[in-house]
Amino acid sequence: MSSLESLPGYDASAPLLSVSDLHVRFGRAQVVNGVDYAVDGGRTLAVLGESGSGKSVTARAIMGLVRPPRGTVTAGSVKLRGVDLLTLPEESRRRLRATTIAMVFQDALSALNPVLSVGYQIAELFRAHRGLSRKEAHKRAVEVLDLVRIPAAARRARDYPHQFSGGMRQRVGIGLAIALNPQVIIADEPTTALDVTVQAQIIRLLREIQREHGTALVLITHDMGLVADVADRVAVMYAGRVVEQGGAAEVYAGPAHPYTEALLGAIPRPELRGRRLAVIPGAPPDLTGPDGGCRFRPRCGYGVEACEQAPPALAVGPGRLAACHEWKRVATP
Amino acid sequence: MASSTLVSASAEPRHGLWRELLRRPAFAVSSAVALVICAMAAVPQLFAGWFGAGDPRRCALVDSGLPPAPGHPFGFDIQGCDLYSNVVYGARSSVLIALLVTAGMMLIAVVLGGLAGYFRGWADALISRVMDVFFGFPSLVGMIVILQAASTHNELTVSAVLILFGWPALARVMRGSVLAVATSEYVAAARGVGSGTSRILLRHVLPNSFGPVAVLTGLNIGGVIASESALTFLGVGLQTPAISWGVQLNTAQQYFLTAPHLLIFPSIFLTVTVFSFVLLGDALRDAFDPRLR
Repeated sequence: MSSLESLPGYDASAPLLSVSDLHVRFGRAQVVNGVDYAVDGGRTLAVLGESGSGKSVTARAIMGLVRPPRGTVTAGSVKLRGVDLLTLPEESRRRLRATTIAMVFQDALSALNPVLSVGYQIAELFRAHRGLSRKEAHKRAVEVLDLVRIPAAARRARDYPHQFSGGMRQRVGIGLAIALNPQVIIADEPTTALDVTVQAQIIRLLREIQREHGTALVLITHDMGLVADVADRVAVMYAGRVVEQGGAAEVYAGPAHPYTEALLGAIPRPELRGRRLAVIPGAPPDLTGPDGGCRFRPRCGYGVEACEQAPPALAVGPGRLAACHEWKRVATP
Repeated sequence: MASSTLVSASAEPRHGLWRELLRRPAFAVSSAVALVICAMAAVPQLFAGWFGAGDPRRCALVDSGLPPAPGHPFGFDIQGCDLYSNVVYGARSSVLIALLVTAGMMLIAVVLGGLAGYFRGWADALISRVMDVFFGFPSLVGMIVILQAASTHNELTVSAVLILFGWPALARVMRGSVLAVATSEYVAAARGVGSGTSRILLRHVLPNSFGPVAVLTGLNIGGVIASESALTFLGVGLQTPAISWGVQLNTAQQYFLTAPHLLIFPSIFLTVTVFSFVLLGDALRDAFDPRLR
């Protein structure tokens, strides 16, 4: 179906999406500093972390949306079934977007062109990638809108983005991402701007699509509750690195990195009502400075001398990694 | 249910825009005048014959410089031709030049400004520096020098010179709005669904960044007509066998004291035309700029 099989390096047994040692630089700031994660078909990887931790930039780098002069991918690889996207010529890479790998943007209003009707914008995909006629493409676009539960899809297809409510708009955004049945969907905080009931609908929609097509889903979020619900694996990012990675249940049950522990501790709980909310002291580090040692050190309660050296990702269990010298102390309750 | 109200609401704004425009007296009057001027330019025969004398080239030197007389409401020019029909025919070159210059400037500005704003890098550096050179240069002097050196002086050469010195201001506006649009999320999203560069430029960047340039161009039309007359008046634009308001004013300056009507009637037409185009541009800007609504 897609042209992925014919590209160099294709290996059916390799993971669907694997990112390794990705480095992205924006001017003087090293915003992504060696990210590794992988996700397979039908699975959901949640990428957690605070604003500015490099979650979205990693996603954009995977999609090839980090472009000079604003930013450059300086090292690493992004592989789809073994095909390295970063070494691929731009034209073959362009063909893979939307057909094999697609992205749902955080703010659907700004991600939709205000002067084109939503039906046109979805139909454009079918015309550009599948070579369908204008009429046929429009029919398919209405089907897509129907699939993402837009009521009266045929009529709403002629409406413009500003005429939709926030939740509807995000559905259109998801429609754009799933229209060509990609194998990998990266959802960059798809529910952040929405209220809780709509959030649940959007996530349910993404899950259904994933179940039907066996899509690999990378869900970028800072909503810990959402992660617990839907993710198979989580990758926790801090200052441009994945500091902890593992099965969602295990990471939640026993975090092995002080940052994960602090993040989980900061979730408000009903039984702690009336008490002060837990916070992580300090502020995220300045990424323009030189990288000396563990980036979390200034905010960490476990700091030891060894933290002057940046910790490598250590295997702390089956399929679990944590970038902390003191993970044993953190993991023991 | 909600969707049906939204659909009906969507038809409203365009309707309302028209109605609101027509309700503005400035728009109604200026567009009527502009329409009449354009009609004069397209078919001067229809207007020139109103008072009997229709042919601007049928002249009798006996009548040279005579004031208004029955059948000749504007009098006669220095060659003894009917001034009214000359003024009517004069609209043609003004409107033609206005159209050519506006289209040319807009084309160059959209292409160069768009390329500079979208691709940045060396293309932007080159185009922006060229624009800076034009901004730093006294354009009237430049236009006079070039036209002095030109061997022919017709509508095309005058338009070319006006375009040459007019495009940078528009291109800079275009570059600015393309810069804003090119970094917007929907352009990233378009790229993310595999749109190629040409599709992104034509479908996403251009329609979203065209507005300010279109409005500015509309405001400029009056200025273009005035500059054409100024160049002709200075003697470097269109020249005598040609019929234009600038040429008429240029001739009139020598006979101003003895035959003031030679100066008065063409300048009334010129002023009213320029004024109505400026008002029209203003009204359109007010109507289309969402921040002013």
